[in-house]
Amino acid sequence: MPVEGFMYPNEVELQWSVLIVLYPFLTGLVAGAFILASLERVFNVEAVKPTYRLALLTALAFLLVAPLPLQLHLGHPERSPEMYLTPHRSSAMAMFGFVYLWYLMGVLVVEIWLDYRKDIVTTMQSSAGLRKLVYKVLTLGSTNVSEGALKMDARVSWIITVIGIPSAFLLHGYVGFIFGSVKANPWWSTPLMPVVFIFSAMVSGIAAVMLLYMFLTKYRRRNINMRCVDTIARYLFYTFLIDFSLEMLDLIHRIYEADESFRSLDFMVHTRLFLSQVVIQIALGTVVPLVLLAYVQILPPRPIARKRIYGLAGSLTMMGIFAMRWNVVIGGQLFSKSFLGYTTYKMSLVAREGLLSAIFLTLLPLGILWVLLKLLPPWPEQATPARMVD
Amino acid sequence: MTPYKDVAHLFRLASAFATGLVLFLLLRGSLVPKSFGQYGHYRGDALSEVSSRPISYAGHEACELCHADILEVKKYGRHAHVACESCHGPLAKHAEDPSIAPQKLDTAVLCVRCHEANHAKPMDFPQVHSAEHSAGLPCNTCHQPHTPRIEAEVKKKK
Amino acid sequence: MNLSRRKLLILLPAAAVAWDYVLAGTPEDSPNYKATEHWWGMLLDITKCIGCGSCVRACQLENHVPDGFFRTWVERYVVRDWGFEHVKVDSPDGGKNGFPALDDEGKSFFVPKMCNHCADSPCTQVCPVGATFVSPDGVVLVDQKYCLGCRYCIQACPYGCRFLNPETNTADKCNLCYHRITKGLTTACCESCPTGARQLADLKDPNDPVHEFLKTHSVQVLKPHLATGAKAFYNGLDGSVR
Repeated sequence: MPVEGFMYPNEVELQWSVLIVLYPFLTGLVAGAFILASLERVFNVEAVKPTYRLALLTALAFLLVAPLPLQLHLGHPERSPEMYLTPHRSSAMAMFGFVYLWYLMGVLVVEIWLDYRKDIVTTMQSSAGLRKLVYKVLTLGSTNVSEGALKMDARVSWIITVIGIPSAFLLHGYVGFIFGSVKANPWWSTPLMPVVFIFSAMVSGIAAVMLLYMFLTKYRRRNINMRCVDTIARYLFYTFLIDFSLEMLDLIHRIYEADESFRSLDFMVHTRLFLSQVVIQIALGTVVPLVLLAYVQILPPRPIARKRIYGLAGSLTMMGIFAMRWNVVIGGQLFSKSFLGYTTYKMSLVAREGLLSAIFLTLLPLGILWVLLKLLPPWPEQATPARMVD
Repeated sequence: MTPYKDVAHLFRLASAFATGLVLFLLLRGSLVPKSFGQYGHYRGDALSEVSSRPISYAGHEACELCHADILEVKKYGRHAHVACESCHGPLAKHAEDPSIAPQKLDTAVLCVRCHEANHAKPMDFPQVHSAEHSAGLPCNTCHQPHTPRIEAEVKKKK
Repeated sequence: MNLSRRKLLILLPAAAVAWDYVLAGTPEDSPNYKATEHWWGMLLDITKCIGCGSCVRACQLENHVPDGFFRTWVERYVVRDWGFEHVKVDSPDGGKNGFPALDDEGKSFFVPKMCNHCADSPCTQVCPVGATFVSPDGVVLVDQKYCLGCRYCIQACPYGCRFLNPETNTADKCNLCYHRITKGLTTACCESCPTGARQLADLKDPNDPVHEFLKTHSVQVLKPHLATGAKAFYNGLDGSVR
């Protein structure tokens, strides 16, 4: 039986699919990756410098893909420019369009350009043909990489990063607000929602960059900089603790106040949402990584063991944060607003909003990242790529 | 003081953005529908588009223009306040062109939708268990729908 | 036809006006209608509703509502002795063909549901582009040509009255038969309701009998704690109704 109890007739079919789960997951990775980059640039955590450029490129790759699940979901994607032409100022979704645009163009693209400018000019000057043209366009016609110019770049870049930190919070906090401001839905409606989204975004972004750095370094047959990953893992641990506390606070608050919606939501979590919330998100996706990371902090094992633990913890974290988005978006639609019934989400496989589309859109940013890594290599490649320490 | 040549590239970047903004504003001027904002944050034309859709139910006043004889009977019966189209369905097409015949009604289905006994219906609403009440016969065997009360039965009860 | 001259003199002008509106399938709205003179609402009388589903069928026919979706629907509540924490509700196919027999003991009644045409509408607040809005006469409408189909409004409606129309791929819902009320007709659901459980109300018209009823009886709205400014008023609404 797809419907248990009573649901308003129009509520039986879910409105927001797995693509809408994917969207906050992708924007969250962007915000989190950027925060990691800002650790180095603004807070002078020098240890994470090897991941600075990678974090920025990761953020860009995911940010470029983020609107795609939305476009695929819309009934009329050809009308989406209306959001920029006649944005409704009271709508968080409309205002988010501008936050997205600001973050993409005003923060991320500018910061990447400023940091890579010297390399772009150098590459252009040592290339020919089409490759030269591509890089020439990227220089915007200026080849000034004198010390004065670069000093200017560094200064502006610092300012952009400082502005970028609240912008990253705004980017993902807004997504949280899109859900948190819907008074019709008690699973979503809480002032904690933007905050929880921000911190879970940071967790997923930091974990993503950590995993990518470890993977790419292995792929390039280099040695992983342990000081770097140890520091990243430490920040992951702290951020995760805050995120976990916030989510527990929400849970405890709900249980204690036990308002009208509580019985219905409680039943939902114990039945239809049990696997994705209790098992995947909380147990495997939060508690296990926290225990693993805590263990490394208290009794640090040998580097090889630490790398394996980080790999496992990072992967479980990514799974857990995706599950969190799932539980918010899908969970919020599984129960009736009459609090008298439940429905089921029938995720299709090959449809426009099906599982295959979601998988494709999750892998696409990795493809884009691969192109970006070729175009704007983050690490100076030596002539002989034998085993070298970064 | 930083020499201009060291910040020239930043000005190029800024002017690229400025150009983009100007292009967007120009495009916006031509793309936003003209009636947008007329009454509020929406297309003013939408109001007339919605209100000009064709109707399907003519409304009982339209029926009464031609069928006044039925009205005479109905208005003294128990179905006085039941609109014609409540039973007969949407008839705007028929009202516009009387040669378009209204659909035939099946009292076996039609009447029980309202009058089949159900615990949730108001106590004072006339309702019967149709299987016991009419033993499968269509309702208009005994009842005239426009004035459904059977006077003989009423007299019997009195 | 047996009309007295007097009746004819009264009926004919009314007929002429009504006839115009009947024939008004042409894309021109009524020139005599001024939106600012009206503020529309609806009265739903629980004590009169018999759950026949005429309103659901009429709405579907008048507004070409696709099967499986509902601009209006009827719910049946059964409240057992021990209070309204234990209610049983059903709405088979929106109540379109009435309701099956009831086995349960306890207080039971029908509740027609529809868009509440909220004055402080949470659904129009979240529309990113202005495709859904409150008209100057208090009707919440959807601009089918402008809607993106993002479904945010459907999420934001506390009453479950919105759906995505699979034929237009836009949000859809009861629009209070705007094409009828602007021509002096009543809504399709009110027209076809046999017991007068549904009645259109013009809250700016002091002579409107429904408006009078609202001023002299205890009426409620659904989910008042959400402060939506709902204008679908219920007479005889039990506390168990969600």
